[in-house]
Amino acid sequence: MKHIVILGNGISGITAARHIRKRSDHKITIISGESDYFFSRTALMYVYMGHMKWDHLQPYENWFWEKNDLNLVKAWVEKIDFDQKKLRLSSGSPIEYDQLVLATGSIPNKFGWEGQDLPGVQGLVSKQDLIELEENTKFTRKAVIVGGGLIGVELAEMLRTRKIEVTMLVREKEFWHSVLPLKDAKMIAEHIESHGVKILKETQLETINPGENGRVRSVTTSTGEEIECELVGLCAGVRPAIEFLKGSELETDNGILVNEFLETNIPDVYAIGDCAQQRKAIGQRKPVEAVWYTGRMMGETVALTLTGNKQKYNPGNWFNSAKFFDVEYQTYGWVWSKPKEYEKHFRWQHTTEPRAITISFNSETELFQGINTYGIRLRHEVIDRWLNEQRKIGYVLANLKEANFDPEFYDRYEKQIFQSFKNNLQQATI
Amino acid sequence: MSRIEHNMAMTGESPASISTIQKIATTAGLIGLSILLLAVANVSFPNKALFLSLSLGLISIGTIVFAVHAYNGKHAGIKNDGVWFKSMTNRGILGWIAGIALTLFYIILYWFPQYLGLNAEGDNTGVIALFDPLSRIISGNPASQWFVYGTLYTLAILIFGFKFILKYRHNRYEVIRTISVMFFQTAFAFIIPEILAKLNEPYYDFKNIWPLNYDLFAGYRIDGFLSAGNLGVLMLIFGIISIFVITPILTYRYGKRWYCSWVCGCGGLAETAGDPYRHLSDKSQFAWKVERWVIHSVLVFVTVMTIAVVYSYLGENADRFWLTKDLFLWGMAGLLTVIFSLIMIFKRNELAKDAKIGAIAYLAIILGIISINYFGGNYNIFFFDAYKLREWYGFLIGAAFSGVIGVGFYPIFGSRVWCRFGCPMAAILGMQQRLFSKFRITTNGGQCISCGNCSTYCEMGIDVRAYAQKGQNIVRSSCVGCGICSAVCPRGVLKLENASTKNRINSEEVLLGNDVNLLDLLNQKSE
Repeated sequence: MKHIVILGNGISGITAARHIRKRSDHKITIISGESDYFFSRTALMYVYMGHMKWDHLQPYENWFWEKNDLNLVKAWVEKIDFDQKKLRLSSGSPIEYDQLVLATGSIPNKFGWEGQDLPGVQGLVSKQDLIELEENTKFTRKAVIVGGGLIGVELAEMLRTRKIEVTMLVREKEFWHSVLPLKDAKMIAEHIESHGVKILKETQLETINPGENGRVRSVTTSTGEEIECELVGLCAGVRPAIEFLKGSELETDNGILVNEFLETNIPDVYAIGDCAQQRKAIGQRKPVEAVWYTGRMMGETVALTLTGNKQKYNPGNWFNSAKFFDVEYQTYGWVWSKPKEYEKHFRWQHTTEPRAITISFNSETELFQGINTYGIRLRHEVIDRWLNEQRKIGYVLANLKEANFDPEFYDRYEKQIFQSFKNNLQQATI
Repeated sequence: MSRIEHNMAMTGESPASISTIQKIATTAGLIGLSILLLAVANVSFPNKALFLSLSLGLISIGTIVFAVHAYNGKHAGIKNDGVWFKSMTNRGILGWIAGIALTLFYIILYWFPQYLGLNAEGDNTGVIALFDPLSRIISGNPASQWFVYGTLYTLAILIFGFKFILKYRHNRYEVIRTISVMFFQTAFAFIIPEILAKLNEPYYDFKNIWPLNYDLFAGYRIDGFLSAGNLGVLMLIFGIISIFVITPILTYRYGKRWYCSWVCGCGGLAETAGDPYRHLSDKSQFAWKVERWVIHSVLVFVTVMTIAVVYSYLGENADRFWLTKDLFLWGMAGLLTVIFSLIMIFKRNELAKDAKIGAIAYLAIILGIISINYFGGNYNIFFFDAYKLREWYGFLIGAAFSGVIGVGFYPIFGSRVWCRFGCPMAAILGMQQRLFSKFRITTNGGQCISCGNCSTYCEMGIDVRAYAQKGQNIVRSSCVGCGICSAVCPRGVLKLENASTKNRINSEEVLLGNDVNLLDLLNQKSE
């Protein structure tokens, strides 16, 4: 019986622990300084908005851990002695391990802005951030959110439930245009604005300025404008939380470098989730994937490796999802924001509602490459199959009905979408 | 993490504040309510028709205006902001006041109707008298406490149904479902029985099926049906066909939702007036264990009670029917054994160990008692007088459980306590749904982010997330198919479906996204 220690109780670490336990009787210890129990980080916003209480964020009841012999330790790890296989903690005695899984997650990006550490400036990643936000918004009438991504829009939605004026600074031409094709991004930006959020496009943060009370008073943007605010949300992406590992013999770049087996350069030490960086990117994926699903998948993979069945991290088709205020977004496969030379986008949008679909396909081979949907739910299993079967765009559009996952009695748009595609094709050939 | 109200004009508006128009609407509604309360206090209003209209009108208009204003000018979409901050929906002081007031109302209604103005001798007084004009219009008779209750119940479903439709106006499933419960309550539960009474036919709510309608086979009801000629006999036959033919077929095709959240009156109230409290249901595994034992015990209780009542009725009227009491008794024993055997033969793999133990124990007890009675010549089947059994059932289950606890405790335990822990109809439909229905809630591949909205807003206390995050479909006896989990899911992971029963229950993890073979490996135990 070996002792596996998992550092971090997010989705990656907990998935690994659950599957190791399912397949073995190894001693498992999970260490986290953030919270007593695993919670759903993606749902932090709902606590602030009053949809749920903190306890509802915890997917397992508190007896679950003891029942499954998963030993939880609440402490921060300060230093890892890789030679002695020993962890030094912020409290309590050191812990020895036989195998170590690093699943330490992310922290908000900071780019050395002036005033980035002032009171009233914060990100939104951890439980501590949520508590801090509750404190900070006592003083907040106006807020500025730096960066327009998934966390940014969630923070905007949270603040709007408290009637706080929100301004978003977006570097690109449109909201999240680094990921979304321009028209999709524009539609989402309009929807966000319809909720009373001001989006300043092609605008970046210059400095954060303190007031007399030592708290944030305003920000100055790259266009020279000064915006008054009592809160600044730093939502310009996240980076791996690996500060405490810097200077050790563990090889790191942006994240902890791992090979396809999720192994680091040190034997018996693995890294998964947000903090891991693939030495060689997999397919068209980024080397660091800070996504709930990929964290979960890496946890599944490493659990097999640690229970005597060595596995490569071999994710299938890319997928992701989000919700921008009232618009649900799903994406499968690859729909690049700026189409590659072989890539063509077909797009359909509802005439009045923020409801749209963008399909990416190869203009030469007509192969279906990916799909974005807004306000329409698709069946993961069907789209995944089509991507694997290398279906053509025509097939996808003709069979779109099969992929619909909207609730019963909802309006269906497959006919309209198909018709619009045919019209587009005819126009293209004239 | 509790939230402290910070409203020192330094922050944005607190989330739970109401607008001027809402304040006026609240005032109107409370004036309407005060008329009722004054009537309870025996204030005799001069023009009863006018004051009754005024009272019900003000309550309705107040609620409707308040609701319109709450959702007007807001985007269509999920509206749960501040639910856990508001005193009314967070078991705060307002919630407790509402709960206690409702509970007291039920206690008075069931056991002290004289305080509402029901007089054994002479005309109604108090609040019941206030409803006389309306009752005379519909059925020609003066009002009873049940008429007052039925009117208020229907009104609640209508006005809060309207509010619910506004709240979920982006979701057509919810809109249609709510219109359906509003219709069935108004037509089948409220108006048709009253009209039948006007025509001197038996009072009959066609959608109220045994065992929810536990009195269907009580002696006085059977006498009523039989004395009403063909229509009465038809009603009795329809009642029996409903149990054995109509409900299994509909449940096979659509799940128990066709009844519980589309037709039923208890469900109708829970889904409309009870909607603000749906998130208060207990999601713990412990609650689930309690639920299974309690609800099936109620089912056994109602079965035993009904067998006893029919048995003694047949005994008292031995010369009127071809069906003798012994034939009936052994018929029932046979029927229960057949049902039990079918489940055990075809579905035993789907039953948990404690479910098997419970089923065997209960069957053995019932058959044992029937045998003791038969061979011991004990006239009081099940050791007690049948009418005593019925009286206790009516008191404990019919009144205390379904009324006082079921509705009175909405603001404390959530809106479906009765449906979840008590309703024997739900237990039967639940068995059908779990064992042979096409209905399931499908989980969408690997898209779940474990956020917990689905579990939080499940009024039946099902831990939906536990299934969704494993990629499993949700097939649960208790699910009433209200569709809210699918509505509140921010990632579109859940869908209510009726499809082939093949692979409906997938108990292994089936999360998409990873290496295809990997999950198969994960589901195998390592050597």
